[in-house]
Amino acid sequence: MYKILEKTQFSEKVFKFRIEAPRMAQHAHAGQFLMVRANETGERVPFTLAGWNADEGWVEFIFMVIGKTTEMLSTYNEGDSIKDVTGPLGVPTEMADGPCAVIGGGVGLAIAYPVARHLVETGHEVHAIMGARTKDLLLLEEQFRELLPDDHIHITTDDGSYGEKGVVTAPLERLLQEKAVTQVFCVGPVPMMKFSALTAEKYNTPITASLNPIMVDGTGMCGCCRVEVDGQTKFACVDGPDFDATKVDWNDLRARQAAYLTEEGQSLKAYEEANCACHR
Amino acid sequence: MPQVNGRFVPDMKSPRTPDNEEPAAERACDFRPVDKGFTKEMALAEAERCMDCKKPFCVDGCPVNINIPKFIEKIREEKFGEALDIIREDSMLPAICGRVCPQENQCEGKCIRGKKGDPVAIGQLERFLGDQPELASKPKMAPKNGKKVAVVGSGPSGITCAGELARNGFDVTVFEAFFTGGGVLVYGIPEFRLPKAVVKREIDGLEEMGVKFEYNSVVGRITDAEELFAEGYDAIYIATGAGLPKFLNVPGENLPNVFFANEYLTRVNLMKANRFPEYDTPTKHGKNVVVFGGGNVAMDAVRTAKRLGAERAIIAYRRTEDEMPARRAELHHAKAEGVEVMPLVAPLEFVKGEDGAVCAVRVQKMELGEPDASGRRRPVPIEGAVEEIPCDVAISAIGTNANPFAKMIGDIKLNKWGYIIADEDGRTSDPRIWAGGDIVTGAATVILAMGAGKTAAASITRTLVG
Repeated sequence: MYKILEKTQFSEKVFKFRIEAPRMAQHAHAGQFLMVRANETGERVPFTLAGWNADEGWVEFIFMVIGKTTEMLSTYNEGDSIKDVTGPLGVPTEMADGPCAVIGGGVGLAIAYPVARHLVETGHEVHAIMGARTKDLLLLEEQFRELLPDDHIHITTDDGSYGEKGVVTAPLERLLQEKAVTQVFCVGPVPMMKFSALTAEKYNTPITASLNPIMVDGTGMCGCCRVEVDGQTKFACVDGPDFDATKVDWNDLRARQAAYLTEEGQSLKAYEEANCACHR
Repeated sequence: MPQVNGRFVPDMKSPRTPDNEEPAAERACDFRPVDKGFTKEMALAEAERCMDCKKPFCVDGCPVNINIPKFIEKIREEKFGEALDIIREDSMLPAICGRVCPQENQCEGKCIRGKKGDPVAIGQLERFLGDQPELASKPKMAPKNGKKVAVVGSGPSGITCAGELARNGFDVTVFEAFFTGGGVLVYGIPEFRLPKAVVKREIDGLEEMGVKFEYNSVVGRITDAEELFAEGYDAIYIATGAGLPKFLNVPGENLPNVFFANEYLTRVNLMKANRFPEYDTPTKHGKNVVVFGGGNVAMDAVRTAKRLGAERAIIAYRRTEDEMPARRAELHHAKAEGVEVMPLVAPLEFVKGEDGAVCAVRVQKMELGEPDASGRRRPVPIEGAVEEIPCDVAISAIGTNANPFAKMIGDIKLNKWGYIIADEDGRTSDPRIWAGGDIVTGAATVILAMGAGKTAAASITRTLVG
């Protein structure tokens, strides 16, 4: 059992758990992930590490409520325990020297933040491009502002409710034109990563994407998380989750991510019916 | 027991006692154990068929050389506890090996009775005893020797090594990547062939002996060899199993609803997807399922598909039934349950349907040519003979490659395929690290993995305590 030491709510649907896990905390690196099984009947879901502290012996992950597991997790409180947490898994994020752009879209900001922090700590100049559908869904702005000077933070919202109206590729293109960055890291929804890759490629700038396919075991055994990169099949759990974004077959990734949408909907509906007050 | 001049006379007339199977039509609808195992009467009758050979070939056929005639003799005498003790001198896991060993290529394949009829049902007799673990004598535990060993992986090799070491007085901790113990025995082999309760009994037995289990612990990530040694471990045994699925390397392999057998089986066996939505992990209930491969994993996958409601479940193999590496019993069970065997086909391409998922697989028809290096006749394509099989789930079960964590655990030598190089005692290039099972041999059998665990435990004991 893995005890929840702290629960933070960022918005209606976005939460952070701080989990007691001393050994994991000692070996955690930016870009790695955890496999979480909430309870005995739970599924295994990957969550990227959002923070860790080796001295205090904890790791953190951020999640947005989108399905049964995340909805159920959102009801867990400080002092409760999660049945199983495995990690850290995956290859840590590696970036070359030089100024970087870190792009996070939606809940991907939760993954972009520790990467940005890691890059700052390792002496990189970092520009953060933060994208969200609307102002309320913009995550971790405060944390990014603590980490970076204001002129290195570029916010976009689809509806224009905050920052500039539009998508992350606009500020990315500006940074690339100004030659302000020599490499890019991106994480978020598939279309965002795909178009970020096309933009970076136009300027011959290397771009890494952190991929988030469905996983079952997370240790290379099952192959559920396979993605096509440069015409070769790779396992996101052990070969990634970071890959050269210009080489990823995005359509393939998207199709595999969507393979269980019907079942996921069914599972959520069954959970909500069993737990909503009007059905009790 | 018939005797002449004080010597046992075998029953040469009775045919081999048939397996105690559930009716195929009923069992193919759920995950109940297919084979109920011998009753006492069946075991006693079968034991009479053993000729108690002076030179028992069956023992040579057993990878760990269990004294088979001796334990069968004890069955005849109805001394089941003593019979079990004899097996346990060489095998820690009779309830498991009795169910999953390919006996027809091992002990039973060498049985003299098989020359002119059917061999003695050695596997069933072993299982009969293994299922009564309470009859065995309590293992003698050596006094604690103050040494600590870390075992990486709780599959058949890891748990055997852990058990032997605990008995030899070591303080043993098993590190397991999953949330439960057993490795391939729980994620790979289905409930209908190896009930999870049988595996749990072995794990519980180890805990009673003082073996500690650290679950959710991927060694190579959460810790590594150097850290374990710094924490006071004196030796490490690596038994992480084979690992990554092999690719068919044909177009469309990454389409939704094309699975590697490991994923398909793990969803059901470990995550209980057959009980979705009570359990959260879903799977695909294909109506037309094609499985590529001819081994036990392919059989497990196709029979699982049948139990998940497939109307047509096909084993597609590039050679013929005779060359299939699967246990004969599994092939026989699969066919009885309505599985269709499609020999001499190789996949060319998985075809994408309107919904984006696989809707068919195009296969190349083959014929058998000259024998290859393995002695089996090589399948060669028949030019122009291509067929399309409609399917909504396709599964690839053609084997595995080395586990990628091997190289991250410690600085040990691997061969060019990524498997750990170990000598006959299981010693690796680091004198403090031993390894065994599939991560050394490549995908093999439970009994070989178990044997490697036992050998390594003996070597660790000799090295650390003399």
